[in-house]
Amino acid sequence: MRHIISILIENESGALSRVSGLFSARGYNIESLTVAPTEDASLSRMTIVSVGSEDIIEQITKQLNKLIDVVKVVELSEAAHIERELMLVKVRATGKDREEMKRVADIFRGRIIDVTDSSYVIELTGNTAKLDAFLDAIDRSLILETVRTGVCGIGRGDRILRV
Amino acid sequence: MQLTGAEIVIRCLQEEKVEHVFGYPGGSVLFIYDEFFKQDQIKHILVRHEQGAVHAADAYSRSSNKIGVCMVTSGPGVTNAVTGIATAHMDSIPLVIISGQVPTAYIGQDAFQEADTVGITRPCVKHNFLVKDVKDLAVTIKKAFYLAKTGRPGPVLVDVPKDITVQKCEFQYPKTISMRSYNPVVKGHAGQIKKALQLLLEAKRPIIYTGGGVILSDSSEKLTRLTRTLGFPITQTLMGLGGYPATDKQFLGMLGMHGTYEANMAMQHADVVLAIGARFDDRVIGNPNHFAQVTRKIIHIDIDPSSISKRVKVDVPIVGNVPDVLDEMLKQLEAAEAKVDAKSLSAWWKEVEGWRSRNCLKYKQGKEIITPQYVVEKLYEVTGGDAFITSDVGQHQMFAAQFYKFDKPRRWINSGGLGTMGFGLPAAMGVRFANPKAPVACITGEGSIQMCIQELSTCKQFRLPVKIINLNNGYLGMVRQWQEMFHGNRYSESYVDALPDFVKLAEAYGHVGMRIEKPADVEPALREAFVKYKNELVFLDFIIDPKANVFPMVAAGKGLSEMILAEDL
Repeated sequence: MRHIISILIENESGALSRVSGLFSARGYNIESLTVAPTEDASLSRMTIVSVGSEDIIEQITKQLNKLIDVVKVVELSEAAHIERELMLVKVRATGKDREEMKRVADIFRGRIIDVTDSSYVIELTGNTAKLDAFLDAIDRSLILETVRTGVCGIGRGDRILRV
Repeated sequence: MQLTGAEIVIRCLQEEKVEHVFGYPGGSVLFIYDEFFKQDQIKHILVRHEQGAVHAADAYSRSSNKIGVCMVTSGPGVTNAVTGIATAHMDSIPLVIISGQVPTAYIGQDAFQEADTVGITRPCVKHNFLVKDVKDLAVTIKKAFYLAKTGRPGPVLVDVPKDITVQKCEFQYPKTISMRSYNPVVKGHAGQIKKALQLLLEAKRPIIYTGGGVILSDSSEKLTRLTRTLGFPITQTLMGLGGYPATDKQFLGMLGMHGTYEANMAMQHADVVLAIGARFDDRVIGNPNHFAQVTRKIIHIDIDPSSISKRVKVDVPIVGNVPDVLDEMLKQLEAAEAKVDAKSLSAWWKEVEGWRSRNCLKYKQGKEIITPQYVVEKLYEVTGGDAFITSDVGQHQMFAAQFYKFDKPRRWINSGGLGTMGFGLPAAMGVRFANPKAPVACITGEGSIQMCIQELSTCKQFRLPVKIINLNNGYLGMVRQWQEMFHGNRYSESYVDALPDFVKLAEAYGHVGMRIEKPADVEPALREAFVKYKNELVFLDFIIDPKANVFPMVAAGKGLSEMILAEDL
């Protein structure tokens, strides 16, 4: 099962390595990990996507809580939440593909943020499935480069994660 | 008043009432050592290898419940200390390690004696810090002491770059500390405790199973009261020995891979298990799937939530500090109207006594060859069961655990989790510093003792009258045992050729050495060591049966009740 774990952690040097080290040392897997400071600069927020049984996710949550720098841990995916990922795709855009690429990007509500005479960079946000669907919808041979941020997520409504 | 970083380090240690620091100087910590020189409140113990420093500080803590403190230099000082730190971490021992680091501006430049200390030690400490500003130094050390001792204890390392030790700032030692990210639970949930008690009172085949958490939290007295009130059989892990008097009839002995027949059978067949400060590890319950074949209810008291339901599914988890939970449990038990199911309990005891009557630790001591079990039994007699016993790792460790009956906590000092050979001798030093008058014996083997033998020199310098009980069978005994049992008698690299003459070696270090080859000489030699040479370190080299094996044994991957017993049982 795929789970999303959100973590508030002291924004200290080495904080990321404590978390990633925990995952590798205990053999837990990470599908994606995002991290950045929050509105309170002393705190970072991480979103980790991991795959494992309920038991394993429970252990991951407990082990994360045990890290001294970790302030809060929430399993986001156990209740209503929103997840988003940002993707930048550089595609070849020449001839008839140029128009077609623009059209597909529009359908997915993507934005073209860089244009040359032979390429576009398309910016796309959405959940993981949507980004995958976009890549499936365009001609794979036209993809020059992709970069994805990994998932970040937030609880819906009253579900608030803060100190 | 403005103090230098080096002065601040010493002042912080003084504020923490540290009496002993185990360490080894070097380039990065020179200024700190200069401050040691200028004071006499803290005694510095110069070891011969940093591993010894950490083991000594570790055993100092295990035998006294104080925080062990060590100091090492950067680079190799730290890497040498890592085995000791990992040992303490696996057994949850509160230590503060202060390590030197190259000057801040040199970090990352591959400077002389530079190592990524925070990175290297991260997986084997409770927490670590790199001090980047002298203004943070005092508060960081305060945090280190606070973290080491509270919650589930563990080693905390503070890495101090050399330039920080020279810079000056105003010194003020914080009186208290609070960290928003760290709030260990103390009191157990009263509702959960009530639920647990109900299970215990309804139990037909109960067992109490305790581990190192009882020792670490000084809960032996409370545990003993609870066990006696309930009248249940009790077993303990290797780390838990001494938590309940081993000579008491309710005690079934140690459980696990080399546990007693009665303890393992009772654990396997119990219908309610009360686990306290223990973690169901692989050496304790064997194969978890085999263990899970029997339906039972498990109550688990532990301060660390991540220890609960890690290997074995728990029915009633109680997260909390063991003594606080036991207090509440005793209170509720005394107030409860229901009583234990005495009829079922007495039937259960009958079954347990049946298992006990197998006498699974039986061994034969002939006239010619010394058996290791006999040496430990005699040591127990000669010391009146009241010595501090440290051990290394291997067969001798198991014989010690099986045959030295610990009635008091903090007397049995061994590396249970990491299983570190070389632990015993430096540990004995640490014990002696914490308990300056107590008899201390190190039960070891010719393999383990050579891993930290250099500390004989430290023992000379500080006149530590440790008695080394070397069970010398010429083999790495536990390796040999596994090779005999599971690898077709192919003794690959387990025979230790070219052993030193330990008597001469002991004498070379300025100690007393004895070689004992006949069973009849075992007791007299021990008496001589503990009486005549009371104030000397005595190295007793017992030449023992090379074929002796440790039984009972639960082979790796097997279930608790699938024990291999000694041949004639």
